Amino acid sequence: MSTATTLIPAVPLVPEEIHPDVALVARAKEGDTAAFEQLVRQYDRQVFRVAQHITQNREDAEDITQDAFLKAYEKLDQFQGNSKFSTWLVRIAVNESLMRLRKRKTSKTVSMDENVQTDEGSIPRDFADWSPNPEQQFGTAELGEILRKTIQGLPPGFRTVFTLRDIENLSTEETAEALGLSVPAVKSRLLRARLQLRERLSRYFRQNKNEGSKP
Amino acid sequence: MTCTDFLSKLTDYFDGQIGAELMVEVKHHIAECHHCHVVLDTTKQTIEVYRDNEIYEFSPELQNRIHTAIMTRCRAVAK
Repeated sequence: MSTATTLIPAVPLVPEEIHPDVALVARAKEGDTAAFEQLVRQYDRQVFRVAQHITQNREDAEDITQDAFLKAYEKLDQFQGNSKFSTWLVRIAVNESLMRLRKRKTSKTVSMDENVQTDEGSIPRDFADWSPNPEQQFGTAELGEILRKTIQGLPPGFRTVFTLRDIENLSTEETAEALGLSVPAVKSRLLRARLQLRERLSRYFRQNKNEGSKP
Repeated sequence: MTCTDFLSKLTDYFDGQIGAELMVEVKHHIAECHHCHVVLDTTKQTIEVYRDNEIYEFSPELQNRIHTAIMTRCRAVAK
């Protein structure tokens, strides 16, 4: 039997995993439009969904998706890779969406702070179970209509946080970074957004619907 | 733990950012308080129903139109 000491390498043999977007972004920065096209394919649905959730307008969402990718392409040099490319892209899409909301409501200021002070609907009042679950109670089309109508009623500041955090699955920190908010502000808005949505959805999904407030 | 205390911990609970000691208190409260149990369950369902259902249509036609427009504009900038 060999008495040689087993050598333990000082550095791990498996390198830290690099996100595939890093290589695509590097190629796109060097003028490879096919690489950027791949990024468009990967994230166009997500950018469109974010824009549609925030603006609640299909044409606006289509324009914003185009503008966000074009802006990202023009500013690729400014992307340092400190965050994920998708988070950086979503941040551009959120800014474009909020700008579009401001333009639409010329006489009113729309910002991440609008209506976020209200606690209306954030204090639970409906304590009925949802059984059977929403998917069992409604067909796809009807359920989609309920979900669209309900999220539309949330203030933009809450809707945006809920969209990024719960629908797009960004972390609290990524959401804070994308929106220029503090982590406690994101947490506070997320709680109120979730509770307000829950309260409103309960009108449709609660057991013994006739006993509660009607939608 | 009161119902108000429970609500204030709800976000951390969903994010799995509650320490073991506090988690025992939260679980004890949910077991005792039916209202908070319902709030927890229906809030969880609220998140899941939005996460699991694509509520805005993104048809292949729309995707193609957007894709073509983006790449046309990008190639124009690149020239």
